[in-house]
Amino acid sequence: MNSFTYKRAANEAEAIREVADNRSAKFLAGGTNLIDLMKMNVQQPSELVDINRLALKKIESIPTGLRIGALATNSEVANNKLVQEGFPVLSEALLAGASPQLRNMATVGGNLLQRTRCYYFMDTAFPCNKRVPGSGCPAIPGFNRIHAILGASEHCIATHPSDMCVALAALDAVIRVEGPKGARSIAITDFHRLPGDTPEIDTNLQPDELIVSVDLPSSAFAKRSGYLKIRDRAQYAFALVSVAAALDIKNGRIEAARIALGGVAHKPWRSTEAEKVLTGAQSNAQTFKAAAEAALRGAVPQNHNAFKVELAKRAIVRILNDVSGRRVGGAA
Amino acid sequence: MGWETEYEGFLAMLDEADSELLATEGAGSEEIKAFLSEDGEARRRFLKQALIAGGGVAAANLLLSYRLNLFAQTVESMASRSSSTVESAVTIPITLRVNGKTHALNLEPQVTLLDAIRERTGLTGSKKGCDRGQCGACTVLADGHRINSCLALAAAYDGVEITTIEGLANGDQLHPLQEAFIKHDGFQCGYCTPGQIMSAAGLLKEGCPTGMGVRECMSGNICRCGAYNGIVAAIEEVRGRQA
Repeated sequence: MNSFTYKRAANEAEAIREVADNRSAKFLAGGTNLIDLMKMNVQQPSELVDINRLALKKIESIPTGLRIGALATNSEVANNKLVQEGFPVLSEALLAGASPQLRNMATVGGNLLQRTRCYYFMDTAFPCNKRVPGSGCPAIPGFNRIHAILGASEHCIATHPSDMCVALAALDAVIRVEGPKGARSIAITDFHRLPGDTPEIDTNLQPDELIVSVDLPSSAFAKRSGYLKIRDRAQYAFALVSVAAALDIKNGRIEAARIALGGVAHKPWRSTEAEKVLTGAQSNAQTFKAAAEAALRGAVPQNHNAFKVELAKRAIVRILNDVSGRRVGGAA
Repeated sequence: MGWETEYEGFLAMLDEADSELLATEGAGSEEIKAFLSEDGEARRRFLKQALIAGGGVAAANLLLSYRLNLFAQTVESMASRSSSTVESAVTIPITLRVNGKTHALNLEPQVTLLDAIRERTGLTGSKKGCDRGQCGACTVLADGHRINSCLALAAAYDGVEITTIEGLANGDQLHPLQEAFIKHDGFQCGYCTPGQIMSAAGLLKEGCPTGMGVRECMSGNICRCGAYNGIVAAIEEVRGRQA
């Protein structure tokens, strides 16, 4: 690991000032991704500003729903009663990710900023447009079994690795951030970016902006929500394909629906196409199959990942079957 | 020949090598002296355990090659520090609290919690396997929660209560998990075992989320020997007694 200076921030303003003053400084939260990348020389910040002691850990009810502090750990969020009851898809997604040790360290803010697990990005022996802009993408002609099938570009076919973010995309989450120019809110669907010709920029967060919380609006569909993750082994692996699904069903009719996919794109992939098919339709197998077809209509597989298209369709149908049959607040 | 005789022989060999190193003058000599005096007891304990376990000659060779490597590294780092192209290392004061003991240390910011525990407190029970948060051999408890100490910066855990495998037993009385691992043969080579047991200790405190079994709740710990059946049986027995 390259050497760097370490500073523990006493408050949010100090943390933001410190990072704003040094273009190669980074915030340090759980560190489970950043320290790993620093050990491999994929990232080489000259300064780490430790934000772990800031008062951003609270999970609390707010009039519109739930506010989750950016420093709440993945374990704390997954095991929180308010999350489990009002937003089960979030708890399920978090528990499907990483290991118990990592979940105890990793924070909500850090999870939003996870870098891709594309093996070419993680290996400095290879060129990579995300790591060194303009150097090329060896994944496109290379081994691309784990790569994107939706929204990719000729410059980058990496996928976003987070499970949590897929759940947030299905829950209309709002990311609250603070920076030198003040506070602002970013909708989860606007937070992460598609690669386009700037794959080196993962998100629309500015480098000196600090995530302070994630707000989740309460809704009927959020209560009837679930997560399905398909991976190469039963536990502790990144998703080949994952689906966050949320449904509001009244008398067998779908009043509102949310579908988001993981492991298929550079960002958590919200499928408004699938939601259009679901909304207003009867909650049954035929509807679910039509929604799955709609979600994957624009898929463009690479040489080694055509299997993801069919896998994603079946995963959508399976989780919709599961979620539609769950008991929510006494009603089936 | 029993292990005691072998042990004495190796000790004499080590002492002779030590005195040769101590006689070295010039760059690195202070570091070497410090290392030998700090580390001497730990090395002797390791050697003794290895000999009891029957690994005699291999263990001694390992120890010698480890020391030669360290010697080479020390000289190299002294040389690079004296060259003007390398910035002098800036250390920060850290209070490391491990198993109820306080260690006042000056560490460079990039030192991980695992390295600080192993290299600076003499507690080598926590193991460095992958050093990337994937294998779980480095698992310790931080304020009661299990974490991968290889991905934690020591600086960020300043003042936090750390428990390692050495702090689990109550004096000579083993922790129930340690007893259960022995009873159920929850290991073969033993390298992952401290991490497995600390992770299990975390599991007992945290509980396993509904619908998850012990296997899923221990997914952060890899055992290359494949002693999983014994590991799971040991943890299930202790969990069952707690319930």
